[in-house]
Amino acid sequence: MADAALPLAQGAQPPRGWWKRNQQTLAPWLFLAPGAAFFLLYVIFPIFQSFQVSFYEWDGLGEAEYVGLRNYDELWYDDAFYTSLKNNVIWLVLYLAAIPAGLFIALFLNQKVFAIRLYKSLFFFPFVISQVVVALVFSWFYDPTFGLFNEFIGLFGLGPIAVLGDERYVTVGIIMAGLWPQTAYCMILYLTGLNAVDPEQIEAGRLDGAKGWRMLWYVVLPQLKPATFIAFVVTIIGALRSFDLISVMTNGGPFGESRVLAFYMFEVALSEYGFRMGYGAAIAVILFMIMMIYIAFFLWKMYRDEREG
Amino acid sequence: MFPVPVEKSSPAIRYGYQALLPVVLIIWLLPLIAVAIFSIKPESDFASANYWGWPENLAFWENYGLVFAGSDMPRYLLNSVFITVPTVIGAVALSCMTGFALGIYKFKAGIWIFFLFVAGNFVPFQILMVPVRELTLDMGLYDTKTGLVLFHVAFQTGFCTLFMRNFIKALPYALIEAARVEGVSEIRIFWYVVLPMMKPAIAALAVLIFTFIWNDYFWAIVLTQGADSQPVTAGITSFNAQYRAAYHLMSAGSIVAALPPVMMFFAMQKHFIAGLTLGAVK
Repeated sequence: MADAALPLAQGAQPPRGWWKRNQQTLAPWLFLAPGAAFFLLYVIFPIFQSFQVSFYEWDGLGEAEYVGLRNYDELWYDDAFYTSLKNNVIWLVLYLAAIPAGLFIALFLNQKVFAIRLYKSLFFFPFVISQVVVALVFSWFYDPTFGLFNEFIGLFGLGPIAVLGDERYVTVGIIMAGLWPQTAYCMILYLTGLNAVDPEQIEAGRLDGAKGWRMLWYVVLPQLKPATFIAFVVTIIGALRSFDLISVMTNGGPFGESRVLAFYMFEVALSEYGFRMGYGAAIAVILFMIMMIYIAFFLWKMYRDEREG
Repeated sequence: MFPVPVEKSSPAIRYGYQALLPVVLIIWLLPLIAVAIFSIKPESDFASANYWGWPENLAFWENYGLVFAGSDMPRYLLNSVFITVPTVIGAVALSCMTGFALGIYKFKAGIWIFFLFVAGNFVPFQILMVPVRELTLDMGLYDTKTGLVLFHVAFQTGFCTLFMRNFIKALPYALIEAARVEGVSEIRIFWYVVLPMMKPAIAALAVLIFTFIWNDYFWAIVLTQGADSQPVTAGITSFNAQYRAAYHLMSAGSIVAALPPVMMFFAMQKHFIAGLTLGAVK
């Protein structure tokens, strides 16, 4: 509707000058220009450049050599790649536990008692701390000589287990550390959602005899749908982005068993094992494709909402 | 309200709930509390394997004093400030404009440009890593705070545009139409009509971006190297290498590194949560 300039009000000066006549069509482009230029240069173009680099063998310094699909071919036979992929799937699945866990804590805290706001903030606390610090905190938590985790299982006569040094437990151990801040995030989403739940519907449900789980499932959860959707999006993105925790807690070890694609890519391209930019880019392309499924889904949903709204 | 408010329940449940709250909180924060305890224990406790017993003496000043006076920590903290603050200003300024362009004007390409910003904001960092590092090297900005800031501003513009555009879209459009009828130019509408109404959004974004950037680790290790330009998230790992196995110092260092965003959160809680839960309620 704003495509055509609004008719000028009676009595206003007739438009003079080219700028005055065209400013409504030009203004959006002018306002977009600086932000869009930055974003194109640093985000959009690099995506395509990465695709391009993945067809080359390049150490980041010398000449890049075109190798076609050889990097992808090598990936196909790379065990470390499959370990990373497998761990990515484990991350994706287990990380989703943050959503019900967050809902559970939100329900627990959704009361109006003394100092409850402070409690809510303190429960949210882990999300505000940097993942690097979360990683350090949990590496000490898991420490086999003095970590609280082993003190705890010691009470039951178990352990000690070197969680981060054992290839059977390492990925799950790191995911547990990641779930701590992620659950806090989901909790705050649900607390906000619960605040907006329609009290009349709850009352109506109560009159119909709905209680506890049935009330939660049939009356409350449908109203929390927007919160659940956001929780899903941020949790999946978070799971696929996992890098900081792995890098600080285990550096991919033991024997590369805790690698995920995001970490393996970095290792291949920039660590002491060598500067294989092309091979790294190929891993990044695969990770990007996986992420693209979720991004497309998210955009599609946004597009639908836009048309309705 | 769901679940049933405890004040409507029996006194037993009411007091039980009040008593349960701190217990659950302590369990929830236990790993962090452990680090806080470590950070005020003296070295001798660790030498005698007295990890969880009563500390021999309180070493709060010694430990934290050493972090500030005997290490590169203050430099890393300062670097973090000089990376975070310009990024916040840059990303918020750019996205006020892009959000205005995409929220106020209805033009065909608008929705697609908007989707490009949203999609770009979700891509894995690794797909950008090699080209962005190369670009930064070419500009001579590798291992500088400026190089890191430029990238952060660009990347955060994606999320900020999503945020700002949705916020501006919800503003009363009639105000803008009225201003146009009065013959106010588009630039003045942005500056005098829309911008003043965006204050809450600006505050919310500022605290969010501050936290995101302060806590960034990946780009810090990709684009910077030494104590001259690395932020505290990367610095803490060098700090730990310097004080290997000195758990009391590593704990104190971690707490110092984590503190600024925590203080920011408590000071600006309302805005922070408003920003984070955008879209969680219809």
